[in-house]
Amino acid sequence: MDILALAFYLFAGTAVASGVMVISARNPVHSVLWLILAFFSAAGLFVLLGAEFLAMLLVIVYVGAVAVLFLFVVMMLDIDFVELREGFLQYLPVGLTIGLILLVELVLVVGIWQAAPGTDLSVMPIIPADSNNTKDLGMLVYTDYVYVFQAAGMVLLVAMIGAIVLTHRTRPGVKRQVINDQVARRPEDAFELVDVESGEGIGGASSNKKLKGKAS
Amino acid sequence: MSIGLGHYLTVAAILFVLGVFGIFLNRKNVIIILMSIELMLLAVNINLVAFSAHLSDLTGQIFAMFVLTVAAAEAAIGLAILVIYFRNRGSIAVEDINQMKG
Repeated sequence: MDILALAFYLFAGTAVASGVMVISARNPVHSVLWLILAFFSAAGLFVLLGAEFLAMLLVIVYVGAVAVLFLFVVMMLDIDFVELREGFLQYLPVGLTIGLILLVELVLVVGIWQAAPGTDLSVMPIIPADSNNTKDLGMLVYTDYVYVFQAAGMVLLVAMIGAIVLTHRTRPGVKRQVINDQVARRPEDAFELVDVESGEGIGGASSNKKLKGKAS
Repeated sequence: MSIGLGHYLTVAAILFVLGVFGIFLNRKNVIIILMSIELMLLAVNINLVAFSAHLSDLTGQIFAMFVLTVAAAEAAIGLAILVIYFRNRGSIAVEDINQMKG
């Protein structure tokens, strides 16, 4: 068994095992950590397939952003996870049945598919010596797929704005600085000059009230 | 026996089935359901990249990149919805969500 096959079985086994742990771990934080391991293993598989750029993208985007987002949400929300696990065994039979049916269907689809005799079924990518995966992907994505690329950027923009709009809330009773009000404020609105008679103090409740009303 | 296309397709199929299974197994926990969806998208990506390497055609990798984009956007929106749902109701039980219908 050569080193390539060994690496494949290592990564594939790790991916499948961590996938099992993702759906069966009792603690969702552990689930997220197993998900990170699954993504790392898939990145290893991508490297074996010659898709280095996608592998690095997977590590950066999934492990660096999506998994950490999951981790934040799991830890931020105060959820009673024991209660959520009720019915775990109740759903086990139907889940197993549907999963098995799906797996059998997929195996049948792949098994019935036969390559023409003499076809090279290996997956070793052919990479020219003067090029690399990232450069080739860039050449394609900025020429043939440039509109789809822009649309993907738009999807991300909409997702970002949507997430902000959804989770942003204005709390009542919070004092904020309003620059417009501060700039628009004139001295005659803000205070009043009163001639104070000797021995009387600031006379009249009316002027006091007026002062307070203006100041607030 | 050298590693061929079938090996990668098998791994992807197993991961996809695990994702479907996870959705059924954790019916009440939306976070795990979202993670299962991520697993299924990962399986799809493995398929795309395996066929891309097999056919020596980079288009599959480009589509895997777009799947990655959509998956990231979906996770962000899904978790945002989850956060506001939790803020309103104090729980994330999926069975209560049908009360949102108008």
